Amino acid sequence: MANPDPLDDFIAASARTLGLPMKTHWLPAVRTNLDVTLKHAALVAEFELPDDAEPAPIFTA
Amino acid sequence: MPNLRPFLRPEPARLDTSWLTASEIAAAVASGKISATVIVDDALARINGRNPVLNAFTAITTERARARARAVDAAAASKQNFGPLAGVPFAVKNLFDVAGIATVAGSKINRTYPSAKRDSPLIEKLEAAGAVLVGALNMGEYAYDFTGENVHDGASRNPHDPTRMTGGSSGGSGSAVAGGMVPLALGSDTNGSIRVPSSLCGIFGLKPTYGRLSRARSFPFVASLDHLGPFARSTRDLALSYDLMQGTDPDDAACADRPIEPALPELARGLGGLRIAVAGGYFQQGAFPEALAALDHIAKAVGAHNEIEIPEARRARAAAYVITATEGAALHLDRLRNRADEFDPAVRDRLLAGAMIPSALVVKAQNFRRWYRTRVLELFKSCDAILAPATPCSAPKIGQQTFTLGGVELPVRPNLGLYTQPISFIGLPVVAVPVPLQPLPIGVQIIAAPWREDVALRVAYALEQTGAAAAARPALTVSA
Repeated sequence: MANPDPLDDFIAASARTLGLPMKTHWLPAVRTNLDVTLKHAALVAEFELPDDAEPAPIFTA
Repeated sequence: MPNLRPFLRPEPARLDTSWLTASEIAAAVASGKISATVIVDDALARINGRNPVLNAFTAITTERARARARAVDAAAASKQNFGPLAGVPFAVKNLFDVAGIATVAGSKINRTYPSAKRDSPLIEKLEAAGAVLVGALNMGEYAYDFTGENVHDGASRNPHDPTRMTGGSSGGSGSAVAGGMVPLALGSDTNGSIRVPSSLCGIFGLKPTYGRLSRARSFPFVASLDHLGPFARSTRDLALSYDLMQGTDPDDAACADRPIEPALPELARGLGGLRIAVAGGYFQQGAFPEALAALDHIAKAVGAHNEIEIPEARRARAAAYVITATEGAALHLDRLRNRADEFDPAVRDRLLAGAMIPSALVVKAQNFRRWYRTRVLELFKSCDAILAPATPCSAPKIGQQTFTLGGVELPVRPNLGLYTQPISFIGLPVVAVPVPLQPLPIGVQIIAAPWREDVALRVAYALEQTGAAAAARPALTVSA
């Protein structure tokens, strides 16, 4: 039966794709941390910025 | 429960140098009242006596320190110029390169790496001024920490109560200075790792402007946010050491090409003409009573009546959190792939999560960072310094997992930096000043505009002169 939680699926797929080890007993903490970090990222991403907003680090040749 | 007996053991019955400031030591050595060798031997004796309890040091560079002290004394004897930090013992967080020892950065993995070939440039600059490196200091693994705990080396302990946290990640730096082992230490601050231990240990700490001090030959964490800076028991010592460490460095890509702008000559100018405001909103939400009491105490002492709102501070903290997790993961990606079992599990699990964050969200955080910087800099048109709590509470118990902020139970480890992260996110200079509340001290941030460390240091110095801010001497460390 497929895992119904997309975040668990995402973790499994990401770990495989990135070549990261993921032991079963690490999963709950990784999941909690990923969930918290994504929530922080969503708080930032929902803030409207103009399309021409530059990221903070600008490369200088 | 730590063994407290070393504190009760009488130390040598001669001049107690344990609570002298770096400036006082340098003056005593320069005037010939005491030799650098005696000063350094005293410091080494204190370290050996107190470290079994405080666990601040992970390496003690005894032979190197004694050789260096002898060189300072030889220079003094031959009337050579021996620098403004003559004979001052200092120590560095163990992410600074120290020639001949591995730069462990609080990790188990880095112990297997070759020893550093050359000192960090900040160590070189302090030693060129006569200071004497006496060791390397405990820290949270790879600096991803606000507690001062370390699964490999054990927790650094707070000299005001060794059952309590030092704060992190520069926990050993806080403990070594507050515990009277050295008058000066260096640490790093990515999200608050100088200001948090300064607050919990009750000492002064300076996080300079991003790009001000070279980070070359130090183990990185988050290149976008990493800063280095000093801890001390007086503002003068912060300014003195900071001035000596300034200067551009092509070996650090982020180090600004700016002239040296000495802060020490400005220190005693007083508060005249400075407009000081208090950060409201986010910076007072959830704070424990002691944090608000300390903020109010400092605000009254400087006559700061205006409250201002730093816009979108909560979002700024969130963006700093995302950049930290993802850049940290990028730094450690190969170690996560190949040596994941050797990490502190709490660090490993956060880094693994950070590796999985989509890059579009990271770019959004960096876009927001520029927007936020512009808005915050506008505030400095109407004020010169902003006061904010350094930590939401005084030192929690070692091992404490959660606390309640604003009625919500939250994990201690990430949330001790609640008030520091939105400030270092845009690289503003900050002096954390200690307020000697009972039973435990707590710090207040004095935040200035970019490149105006002199303003933050001036305010801190004025507070110290009136006694409003002071590094209280822990009862346990008083020599018999």
